Amino acid sequence: MGEAALLLFWPALVGYAEAALAYAGETVRPGRPARFAVWGVRLGWLAQTALLAAQAVRADGFPWASWAGSLNLFVWLTVGVYLIWGCRASFRLLGLVIMPLAVALFVVAWAAGGAGDARRSDFGDVFLVFHVGLVLAAFAGFTVAAALAALYLWQERRLKRHAPGVLRLRAPALASLDRLTGRTIAVALPALVLGIGVGFGRLEADGGGFDATMAVTLLAGALYAAYLVLRYEVGWHGRRGAYLALAGFLVVLIVRIGLTPVSHF
Amino acid sequence: MHVVLVGTSHHRAPVELRERLAFGSRLGGELVSRLAGGDGEAVALSTCNRACLYLAHADRDAARGRAVAAFVELAGLTAKELEPALYVKEDAEAAQHLFRVAAGLDSLIPGEAQILGQVRAAWEAAAEEGATSVVLNRLFRQALHVGKRVRTETGIGETPASVSSAAAELAARVFGDLGGKRVLVLGAGKMGELTVLNLVLRGAERPVVANRSLEGAERLAERFGGRAVGLDALDRELERADVVVASTGAEGLVLTADRVAHALRRRRGRSMFFIDIAVPRDLDPAINDLDGCYLYDIDDLERVVKESVAGRREEAVRAEEIVAEETEKFRAWQLALDVVPAIALLRAFAEDVRAGELDRARGWLAALSESERKAVESLTSQIVNKLLHPPTVRMKQAAAAADGVVYAETVRRLFGLGEDER
Repeated sequence: MGEAALLLFWPALVGYAEAALAYAGETVRPGRPARFAVWGVRLGWLAQTALLAAQAVRADGFPWASWAGSLNLFVWLTVGVYLIWGCRASFRLLGLVIMPLAVALFVVAWAAGGAGDARRSDFGDVFLVFHVGLVLAAFAGFTVAAALAALYLWQERRLKRHAPGVLRLRAPALASLDRLTGRTIAVALPALVLGIGVGFGRLEADGGGFDATMAVTLLAGALYAAYLVLRYEVGWHGRRGAYLALAGFLVVLIVRIGLTPVSHF
Repeated sequence: MHVVLVGTSHHRAPVELRERLAFGSRLGGELVSRLAGGDGEAVALSTCNRACLYLAHADRDAARGRAVAAFVELAGLTAKELEPALYVKEDAEAAQHLFRVAAGLDSLIPGEAQILGQVRAAWEAAAEEGATSVVLNRLFRQALHVGKRVRTETGIGETPASVSSAAAELAARVFGDLGGKRVLVLGAGKMGELTVLNLVLRGAERPVVANRSLEGAERLAERFGGRAVGLDALDRELERADVVVASTGAEGLVLTADRVAHALRRRRGRSMFFIDIAVPRDLDPAINDLDGCYLYDIDDLERVVKESVAGRREEAVRAEEIVAEETEKFRAWQLALDVVPAIALLRAFAEDVRAGELDRARGWLAALSESERKAVESLTSQIVNKLLHPPTVRMKQAAAAADGVVYAETVRRLFGLGEDER
């Protein structure tokens, strides 16, 4: 692993880990920890951005073609999507779900060599940028949607059980969480469809077989499409929608962690 | 100048005595004019929990005497009878007390927001009477800053402190913005009215009031510009309502879970929030088990309020740190006041010397061009400022360490400042 990459990996990891701990602290003593957490996310994300830039410069091409490399990029995209909402006071608790996951995946990416010097891929850069970029962006969106759904279920449970401290912790309203989950999936799903389309286009041109990763990715797409239909057409608001979003995310996790999404191409 | 506070509050005086010591805006205006006199400053703060007189005067004993006499007159008691109910605080201690009051730390419920407006009103009223000047203006301006800072930097005012506001806050935790949300009220009781008020203040639509007696329903509906219906229209209204507030005097359940489940089916899963503040309860507890329904009865709400107030007390610890920090700033500023006249005299003396010397050199200065003359003016000003900067800073530092008066007197003597006045 290059020294520059190492120099940037650790600040990013420390930032994310500090944020994860601070968000946990926020549930115990609300107020100040959340402010520290947001700064941890921001600084960590900036350090990871620099890490990705350094990798891009050294690799002389698309550097995240490996499974571990794509995981690194996926973490960056997920935290980036979170940052869109995470800075709002009422949505900070979303980090309670996102940041521990980001830390775990970032460590896995590093252990598997995805956060160090990247090699150039054998495949065309344009194809990889579109295919990997779109699929990973969609997965990042689904991850944030899952975090929103998880936060919904947690907050709903507290409201249902009349938790005495339910008002002490600043959390988004259930309606906002539900609405944002739907919107995030509505944006992420077209990106996934496009990414899959590009993948099939190359498959058609260069030949190759249909494998488990493709099948499970299609299953994820089908689940999220079902979510959108049920939510907007049938009225599956709230708890049922949240469970479905989490089920979709489980499939995404199988694709991301259990199977190799890029190297098989 | 010393700051003297004489006052009483719910900590020391029962409501009967506080009533006698309370003063309205007219009486307060007269009081501050009289107490400020020609040589001091005064602000009178009167709320339902406290009556305080803040005075700034060179003679602290005289200020204290005037304030106590004013309270004795108001109460119609002797000084000895009134003494146990009054507290007297001076300078930094008085400032600290005002900052705690403005931050809501001295209120019955920590973080209570109304007090900040009352502090502002008291200060503005005194300023209108011409009873405030440098010291109390600074003190009250800083008190308002402390109040805002505490509310921004701590969570002391974020959680509700009453059952009705907690109910509205909980509804907001379900729906987010309450704008456009429909409220159905069952019964026309006082508690229900307060809860509806909180919901409407947060943007909820005008309520529909359902009551056994249409007359009672109309009275409450009219108060909020809403609509009154009989209990026979309950099912229809339930389908449309987002928030249901129940506070009837009925003996049994007014609304069962089955009826709500029926309404939910027609609502396509949209959530509902139920507030049951009636005893005995109006709403079937099983409503809370329905998907998308949240039911809080009076006990649940009281538990939430209790926890919320406990949270405010925890935040109060952080607020006290802010108050201590700001009190220290005020103390340093007040001590620096001792050296301000000496600094002003020193600067005036230096400016006189500079202007005099330039005047004497008028002859040869006339030979210079306009821009050259301006350069000489600027140069001499800069020399004077640079020479005076270190003694000015040192005097202010010495003032903060309580040696200010000694330094000020030394400067006066060394430069012969203010000798004409003596």
